Amino acid sequence: MIGFLQHLIDALALGSIYALTALGIGLLFGILRLINFAHGDLITVGAYALIVPAADVTARLMIGSWTPAAVVVAISMIVVVAALLTDAAVFRPLRTASPPTLMIASFAVSYIIQNGILMFYGARPKAVDFWSGANVQITIGALRVPLLQLITLAVTLVLMAALTVFLRRTPQGVQMRAAAEDFRMAQYLGVRGNVVIGLAFAISGVLAAAVSMLYITQSGSLTFQMGVPLALFAFVAVVIGGMGSLAGAVAGGFLLGFIVTMLQAYLPPDLRAFRDAFAFAFVILVLLVRPSGLLPSRTTVERV
Amino acid sequence: MHVFVARHQTPVLLIVLLGAAVAISEVGGLDALQVTLVEMLIRVLVVVGLYVFIGNSGVISFGQVGFMCIGAYAAGWATAEPSFKQVMLQGLPELLQENQFSFPLAMAGAILLPAIVALLFGFAILRLNGIAASIATFAFLIIVNSIYSNWDSVTAGVSSLIGIPTPVGPWVALAFAAGGILVAHLFQMSRYGLLLRATREDGVAAKASGVHSVRMRLLAFVLSAALVGAGGGLYAQFLGILTVDTFYLSLSFITIAMLVVGGMGSLTGAVAGVIAVTVIVQLLRFGERGFPVGSALFKLPVGSGELGLGLLLALILIFRPNGLSGGKELALIRGPREMMPEGGAVAGARALQDDSNAVA
Repeated sequence: MIGFLQHLIDALALGSIYALTALGIGLLFGILRLINFAHGDLITVGAYALIVPAADVTARLMIGSWTPAAVVVAISMIVVVAALLTDAAVFRPLRTASPPTLMIASFAVSYIIQNGILMFYGARPKAVDFWSGANVQITIGALRVPLLQLITLAVTLVLMAALTVFLRRTPQGVQMRAAAEDFRMAQYLGVRGNVVIGLAFAISGVLAAAVSMLYITQSGSLTFQMGVPLALFAFVAVVIGGMGSLAGAVAGGFLLGFIVTMLQAYLPPDLRAFRDAFAFAFVILVLLVRPSGLLPSRTTVERV
Repeated sequence: MHVFVARHQTPVLLIVLLGAAVAISEVGGLDALQVTLVEMLIRVLVVVGLYVFIGNSGVISFGQVGFMCIGAYAAGWATAEPSFKQVMLQGLPELLQENQFSFPLAMAGAILLPAIVALLFGFAILRLNGIAASIATFAFLIIVNSIYSNWDSVTAGVSSLIGIPTPVGPWVALAFAAGGILVAHLFQMSRYGLLLRATREDGVAAKASGVHSVRMRLLAFVLSAALVGAGGGLYAQFLGILTVDTFYLSLSFITIAMLVVGGMGSLTGAVAGVIAVTVIVQLLRFGERGFPVGSALFKLPVGSGELGLGLLLALILIFRPNGLSGGKELALIRGPREMMPEGGAVAGARALQDDSNAVA
């Protein structure tokens, strides 16, 4: 039982990371029909922004050595700017393109970011000692929980609450939901498309920055492709949850965290290595059986 | 006769063009370029394979490189040294473990196995439309990668599969690339190709006219997997060594970039895209090694080749969504209009432009 609870906490922490990443991808998909594969690379950008550009194996912290509040603000701003740049440079000229074309374009952006980082920081993985104090274990009854997992969960809940308030209570948030419902109609009614989209990119940037700081604290190593697996799993979460639905993205993220952790814990050792294959086979299954996901959004139903 | 020539000139012209490149490098003794040339020809086969499905059906698949992986390993299993297989690949059937098969048999395996997998997988997913189909193919690529990198007893996992003989040179690669171009051409001129393009242009109208769109897509999907798999088989027997991660996101990105740059609306586009991207990336690579400007050595930073490719793709998507070919086929003789593959340009535009009905 204790073992199961321990796994459950692991699942919640992993699910939080997936949910935050999935929110960033789901938000843009809802409005733009863009599956932003480059979202993972924004996470990489946030992580690399912590250190001094150099090809050394052990990274020296630059922004990462500031006080925590300053780090959070600086990293968020850098990632938001990066996200807005990708929009201005690539996605804005492609506003009328089809979803698969946008997906190809996001691949191009991802490729550019990865190789840009490679150019400045080198290809070797880097060890980085960032906020490692958060990795202490605290004991609750018979459970030993890493403090970081609790922080991750708390940060996720706070960000989700903030996003919910923003979407429900502010005029910009209402406009954003209107745009996700029916972009053209919202424009006719006076919603400014590029403002809403810019805002969505900015929010996805903030979410990516949060993930990059949480993830680096936990893993302690940097590679130029570190964001890719995160984006892939978040992408699964978005599809499972129902594309275009934010609640679905979050639910999908936690569900995926749960599935992955439990597969890892209870699958026979021979099959454990095929965990990812099972996860993605599940995606295809969801697409076939329930194409609009577990919590479908009303707006993505395909019509003739 | 005139009609026949006009009808079938495109593949002949493309093959002659590629043949000329091989002949020049052979006669000129440009050995340094040979590796690039063979790799380019293999990619012609792969990208033409991509075109057979993506170009004709309008469904963008990110997973065809998975079939390249399957084909490459099929060829590797057939031809690798038995001594290596008996130690490292003990999960293989004994027939494969103990024998070393010939090049033609290996290629047959590299064509058949991906085709069978495509038939089963395509049967499941090809009734999905638009972005859902694209996502499913993307998931397929990840599944193939995950299985092949972890099934240690059959694929040697993350370590390499070695000891594959390397009979593939420029002429062999050219022969297969030419074969691929011919197959793609014959398919797009056939009634099946025509029916499939009808479903791409207007799915509802095609269905109303009695076209079975899933069946047509499945046919193209299997054919595409066979061509791409053959490309994988050649690649295995060109390098002599296989690792799973060769056939993953990066290669998928590069091959799709080639198709988009050339223009996914025509066979000429598929071939032109491979040539254009290879030339540009190669020039940037030379730049990375450095070249003298006056007395100084001018060097591009390492990674320029990849960065250049990413930028090129983004620029093409934005400024020339129909690609370099604009969806037109290479032709010297104009035939009677109705004999030309119709609507290439429109088709390319359709595949890339807003289809607001699809996701309303």
